[in-house]
Formats: sequence, structure tokens, C-alpha cells
Amino acid sequence: MNREGNTYTIVYAAVMVIIVAVLLAFTAESLKSRQNQNAEIDKKTQLLRSIRISSNADNADNLYNQNITDSYLVNTNGERVDGDAFAVDQEFDKEMRKPMEERTLPVYEASVEGSKKYILPLYGSGLWGPIWGYVALDEDKSTIYGATFGHKGETPGLGAEIDTKWFQEEFYDKKISRDGKFTSVAVLKAGQTRTDMDYVDGISGGTITSQGVDEMLKHSLEQYKAFLGLQ
Amino acid sequence: MSLLSSRNRKVLVDPLSKSNPVIILVLGICSALAVTAKLEPALVMSISVIVVVAFSNVIVSLLRNTIPARIRIIVQLVVVATLVTIVNEVLKAFAYDVSKQLSVFVGLIITNCILMGRLEAFALGNKPWPAFIDGIGNGLGYGIILVIVGFFRELLGSGTLFDYQIIPSSFYEAGYENNGLMILPPMALIVVACIIWVHRIMNKDLQEDNN
Repeated sequence: MNREGNTYTIVYAAVMVIIVAVLLAFTAESLKSRQNQNAEIDKKTQLLRSIRISSNADNADNLYNQNITDSYLVNTNGERVDGDAFAVDQEFDKEMRKPMEERTLPVYEASVEGSKKYILPLYGSGLWGPIWGYVALDEDKSTIYGATFGHKGETPGLGAEIDTKWFQEEFYDKKISRDGKFTSVAVLKAGQTRTDMDYVDGISGGTITSQGVDEMLKHSLEQYKAFLGLQ
Repeated sequence: MSLLSSRNRKVLVDPLSKSNPVIILVLGICSALAVTAKLEPALVMSISVIVVVAFSNVIVSLLRNTIPARIRIIVQLVVVATLVTIVNEVLKAFAYDVSKQLSVFVGLIITNCILMGRLEAFALGNKPWPAFIDGIGNGLGYGIILVIVGFFRELLGSGTLFDYQIIPSSFYEAGYENNGLMILPPMALIVVACIIWVHRIMNKDLQEDNN
């Protein structure tokens, strides 16, 4: 058979493409449920980290059920709306692209040593790609109890430091409001100070990612102003 | 017939030094620069490349007598892309943390020139078993360089190895500072250049004649 003929080449290419398509579709379908489960557990681990509980793949489900007491959706006027908070949260990036008044925002309630915490999701962009996180607020809806951040592909050793403990611990006990007015928490270059709002030190060498965290806190938390009873 | 005849041994060992894909053939430089700021991603990336290059070599070698010459590059790309996608999916399902860390880099294995280089130069003209060994050899040769570069960049840039603090805190109190430049991509190239320099001093026969 002529291996260099047009017919052979076309048939060869067609057969190859069909085999590859079947193979990839099969792999994707058969691994899908496992992958979704992993993504879900990953979300729960992050949620728990924001209330200072460390968990792993084995106990995340249990700890989540023990500590997260309620989850619901609110609109930007602070009113509760119907829907599954966890499902919306898994695609929070899509929610953030909708017009302000159409957004439904997830809120989690947790109980830590008898006191109530509100956990709010964050979403923004860093230097190379998306960054996200959670902020847990005390019952006064202003003091940060804990925060956690994640990123898709920030520079290791620089921007990627936002997912480390020392950076996240900086946020403990900072306030996101002053006298009932929403201020957010600023992320500044080390050494700079601000008097009109609370601030933390950014990462030296990770300036753009630090600014990304600053923006993310501002934009994500601002939507919850009505829910938090702030101006 | 032993599994490693002298020819096969040469195929396996040569890419580690005398025909190393990174420092002699200067292939795969982009990823050597992207994933080596820390040692751990460098190591995982090396293992992924070894797996992909070995198996794509075998598959292309099995198909070598059927592939039409005019579309051979496309066929090779499809084989590599399929393998990389499967590796990525499997990582996501069974090693979620690692796949999160490597994120886009796994996909970028497709564009690693070492793969196309080995498929074109070796797999198309050899039987599956030598092709497999060639893949392992070249993957290892690439991996060694990545790990060496990752070692120096993480040690000097962050003072850690595999995220464990190596440089004692007394050093920092005495005024030592991590070299932030090591974490930035240009230093990867300079470290690779230093490796090439040392390697050529040890192997005089590789030095180019400048006269």
C-alpha cells in the first residue's frame, strides 16, 4: 500500500483523531467524579483554614460538618436569597463577572469556641493569574478572625508567598471598617503606614501580587457592605 | 540477549553527560527557567517529563512504519498532547496538591523541545525498547540539570530546600540576606551557564575550537 498517497494520509489522520478523542473522553469521564471530589475537599480545607483549623484530605469533610454551622446566599442589598452557597462559591469567579445587582454572594457561618464567625469568599487577580481566598470575621462583622489566600500560578518565593502562614497571620485582628464605614484592609509595601485604615505589610519582591490581594479584599468585601451593616 | 546491550547502555548514559539535552543540545531551556525557583516543582516536573518522553518515544516507535512522512510532525504532536493531557487528568484525580502546584507547567510539557527532538531523531528510526531507554535517558539528563539548578536557586534565593529552612537563623542575625535575584528567571540561565562551564572544563573534548 502506498504510504505517501493522499488517501492513506487522510484515512490515517482521521482514524488517529477518532482514537485519541475516544481515549481522552473516556479518561475525562471516568476521572471526573474523583476530580470534583478533590476540588470540593480543597475548598473545604481552605474554608477551615480561614477559621484557623488545619485539615487534610481525610478529615476535611468531617471538620467542615462539625464547624460550619450554616451557609446561605445574600444579594448585594444584604437580603437572603435562595440557592446553594457551596455551589455558587465553586464558581465564584463567574459570579464576580455579573452586574452588581444580579450577584448572589455566599456566606458561611461557623462556630468557633462558642462564638459566631462569618466567612466570606474573595476573588481577584494577581500577577500571572487568578488569586482567591476567604476572610473570617468575628461576630462584630468587622474584626478579621482569620484569612487564607490561594493562587493559580504566582512566582514561587515571591508572589506565591501569599499562601503561607506568616502572610495570612498578619491579618489577624485587623478591622475592615472604621466608625461603621467600610475601609477594607490595605496591603502596603513594608515600611509604609496608613492612618485612615488598618494595613498589613506586603511581600517584598511580590509587589503586583500584594497589590492584587489589596484590590481583591476591597472589591470582594465591598459587595457585602449591606450584609455587614456598613456604609 | 541482555536487556541492556552495550549499545543500549550508551543510549541511556550518553544523555546524562556527553549529549545532555539541556547543556549540550540546549533544548528545554524555557522550562528549566520556569519551574526551578524551588526544588520540589523542579523534581515533579522532571519525573513528569521522564514519563511523557519515554512513553511517547515508545508509541511513536511502534507506529514508525505506518506514519505518513508528510504528517509525521502532526502525529507526534498528537501523541505527546494526548499523553500530557492524560497525565494532567490523572494528577488532578490522584495527586491534587501536586497538580495544583504545577498548574500550567504540565500542559507546557507539550512544547518542550526535548520531546519533539527525541521523537524526530530517535523514535522514528528505532525499535520500541531502545526508544524507551532513549526517552528515560534524555528525561533523566534533563531532570538532573533541573534539580541542580533548583537546588542552588532555592538554597541561595530562599535559604530553604524542599521548604525546610537550611540556612540557620544565626546567619540572618549576623547580616546574611537571601539573594532575591536567584528567584527571578534570569538567574536560572546564569546557573545553567555555570553548569555548562564546569561541565566543559571536565570534558575537554567538548570545548569548541576557536581558531
